[in-house]
Amino acid sequence: MRISLFITCYNDTLFPETGKAVVCVLERLGHTVEFRKEQTCCGQMHWNTGYLKEAVPIIRHFVDVYRDAELVVAPSSSCVSMMRDHYLKAAEMVGDAKLAADVEALLPRVYEFTELLVKKLGVEDVGATFPHKVTLHTSCHSQRSLHLGDIPVRLLNKVRALELLPIENPQECCGFGGTFSIKNADVSSAMLAEKVRTVLNTRAEVCTAVDNSCLMHIYGSLHRQRTLVRTAHIAEILASTGGMQ
Amino acid sequence: MNAPYGSHWADRSFPEAAKELLADSQVRRNVRHATDVIQAKRNRVVGELPDWEALREAGSAIRAHALEHLDEYLVEFERNCTRAGGTVHWARNAAEANRIILELIQLHEAKEVIKIKTMTSEEIGLNRNLEANGIRPHETDLAELIVQLGHDKPSHFVVPALHKNRQQVREIFQREMHLPELGDKPEDLCAAARTYLREKYLRIKVAVSGANFLVAENGAVCIVESEGNGRMCLTLPDVLISLVGIEKVIPRFRDLEVFLQTLPRSATGERMNPYNSIWTGVHETDGPKEFHVVLLDNGRSPILSDAESRQTLKCIRCAACLNVCPVYHQTGGHAYESVYPGPIGAILTPQLHSMDRGRTLPYASSLCGACYEVCPVKINIPEVLIHLRGKVVEQDQRTLGGKLGVWNIGMQAAGFVMGSAGRFTLAQHMGHLAQKLFVSKSGFIERLPFMLSGWTQTRDLKALPAQSFRDWWAHRELNGSTKNGAAREDRDGQ
Amino acid sequence: MASESDARTAILSSIRGALRVSAEREPNARETEYAAVSREYKQSSTKSTEELLELFTHRLAEYDSGVMRVAPAQIPDAIAELLRARGRASIAIPEGLPAEWLPAGFQFVQASALDAHQLDKLDGVLTGCTVAIAETGSVVLQNAPSQGPRKLSLVPDYHLCIVFALQIVETVPECFTRLDATSNLPTTFFSGPSATADIEMTRIKGVHGPRFLDVLIVAE
Repeated sequence: MRISLFITCYNDTLFPETGKAVVCVLERLGHTVEFRKEQTCCGQMHWNTGYLKEAVPIIRHFVDVYRDAELVVAPSSSCVSMMRDHYLKAAEMVGDAKLAADVEALLPRVYEFTELLVKKLGVEDVGATFPHKVTLHTSCHSQRSLHLGDIPVRLLNKVRALELLPIENPQECCGFGGTFSIKNADVSSAMLAEKVRTVLNTRAEVCTAVDNSCLMHIYGSLHRQRTLVRTAHIAEILASTGGMQ
Repeated sequence: MNAPYGSHWADRSFPEAAKELLADSQVRRNVRHATDVIQAKRNRVVGELPDWEALREAGSAIRAHALEHLDEYLVEFERNCTRAGGTVHWARNAAEANRIILELIQLHEAKEVIKIKTMTSEEIGLNRNLEANGIRPHETDLAELIVQLGHDKPSHFVVPALHKNRQQVREIFQREMHLPELGDKPEDLCAAARTYLREKYLRIKVAVSGANFLVAENGAVCIVESEGNGRMCLTLPDVLISLVGIEKVIPRFRDLEVFLQTLPRSATGERMNPYNSIWTGVHETDGPKEFHVVLLDNGRSPILSDAESRQTLKCIRCAACLNVCPVYHQTGGHAYESVYPGPIGAILTPQLHSMDRGRTLPYASSLCGACYEVCPVKINIPEVLIHLRGKVVEQDQRTLGGKLGVWNIGMQAAGFVMGSAGRFTLAQHMGHLAQKLFVSKSGFIERLPFMLSGWTQTRDLKALPAQSFRDWWAHRELNGSTKNGAAREDRDGQ
Repeated sequence: MASESDARTAILSSIRGALRVSAEREPNARETEYAAVSREYKQSSTKSTEELLELFTHRLAEYDSGVMRVAPAQIPDAIAELLRARGRASIAIPEGLPAEWLPAGFQFVQASALDAHQLDKLDGVLTGCTVAIAETGSVVLQNAPSQGPRKLSLVPDYHLCIVFALQIVETVPECFTRLDATSNLPTTFFSGPSATADIEMTRIKGVHGPRFLDVLIVAE
């Protein structure tokens, strides 16, 4: 299949390895990956911060870029949830019936990365090997908006040599929340402290998730505390055939 | 009396108030313990109902329908309550409600009243007003008694004193009930409250309550409680005054079959709370001889005009969203500086004030969505939070200060950048240059200026990598390596 | 100062304005919309009488309520046994409580006319009920013969309640179906003795309502 990668703005800028890993896994499975250079952002930061009308042109841009794509994949549950939960509302807010129709036509073809693998492509074993102790941070949007359920766990369970360690309170937010982490830095830090404590308690070497936004947040504290625990997007684990560099 | 709604609360921003509470490790421990216990109980009793989602769906539909016909159902309730011997009063605001209640109490020459926990009375500052007029209100719910005797504020609307532990409760009771020998076992503390209040139940002739539901069909009022203090107040005095928000009306008696399943399980994690009382008007041989309902608007009716946020008024005050909220877990209820804390408070408080106060509350959430997941009437709290953030931004953009504020300028600029890939790519490259000012030797950013400093208080930030994904892709295409495995080779070579 | 009727008019017109209600609202719209509310939840029982009794007994025990099950002919003996075990001698009874239920050797006081102070001096109260819910372990009392006014089952420290097997339903909706005809009577649901969890979420039995509760289930 021809799959168009929506890398997302922050993965593009901050986590290119995740994008490379997505390309690697999909090509390994025999699919063709394309990258549309006109892509920018899903509009979530503006929308969630209350800059609603400012988000609309960004949404329109996204829809224009992917209008004719066969399948779109994004390695970020929060960006996909932005589309599914809010795009239609945004179109209705500005009374743009055409945009609403375009959104409805496009969204059924947009998938989060692990969702694409398991639900659309029907694959759980992607041929990965990762000889490390790993714990999974269940990001909020992946569970409460996309309802991914055990999809990430099923994929990780098929990775050779990987030991998946359970984490306490997996349902609880890490405290990132986009601009929340800046506007309410103290509360966000307190939430993060609790999450990091549970991550460290697992004794895992790597904390993974389907969202780099949470991982960036969690790693920010892991690094500040000079722990040796690393974070890696699930795509990077699924792309791996040996171990960490 | 010119006390507007909630004027006894300070008016600090959420981040400011939260900072203070975050420093109180005792409060945080108490809040965490209490919410953990309720949550576990709630999950157990909700999990055993296979029709839970259907009950949520029905509850949501009934409440939404009631709001869409609120005027009709209120008039129907008034007619049926009056027919059953009750008297219905209407209060536009806190001042009117306070005046009506005060006059009713003065008419009966009462110097003391007994009260059931009612958030609407907190909302209008009733106790302060009564005290200012020489009338002593006695809270009878154990937690409200703790709050009242401790000269404190409620921090949760089902368990208002959950921020206090047993030792703290003992100290309050020892001092205020003159019981120097009192122990700190919950049993002892309950027994002390029982003795302290029983005398009052048997003596005081006027009671004030709220209500959980008003039934339009027959004018019935329903109150859900645990301790029996509610039943005491509802049945023993000669006069009962119930202060109820206008949104509390439901169409029919049988609708209670939904809410009496969802409310107790959500609120206290019980299959049914120990007591529910349902009555209509006045009964010759049973209960008060006089019954008054004061219907309170106080900022509610304007909320109906916004189709998006109207759902806020579906709330049945179970507080499940507080118990599950990771923000509430950290700060407890006082950080919200409102009678209504937690996620529901974050959307209700600013709306009750026409977005003039509590404007930082819509931002007091990471939008994790846990509140929506547990809400027994399916209020999409994250959606309303974002909607209200939109209103705050719009308001700000109407002022010069707001227009020139860091956030607005930053967001406008980001919006411009995201509008085209060319601009976005340029911004990435500029970010690269700019970060040179902040990146430490280890390749991390450990300190950022201005509004971004909040991040680096406790977190490092990885520096931007040398090459963005799109640059990598362009490079890859240039080399014509789009065959299978190319990405892996390239990646492994990093 | 504005009168209350002004407030009434103002509130109703504010609501109508906010809802953008036009003067000529479709009169049947409300009923149609109400009827369209989806009620896919469980509304009827799937359990046999024996299963119902078992569930109800189990729930009551979880609330720390005493439970005893007897045949109709054994009611007086069972009452005597329970009262002796609890050490209760003076017992309030409502009007309409069958005299043949009452065992000898106790002081039963017709209590409907007593005030709260007088009730407070008695050892306990004995009542029947209107309906009971197995799933939640709840008993519903109304101001009706054998149940009496609300204060009766509230002020005394001990409550002995007689529930017939036929009065037990499984679910809350079934209970409301049974209550529908008498929905205007003062109604009290109780589920176990009074309780609170206000201090550190520790459930404490017995705050202001009866601290001790026994339920006598009567079944053939």
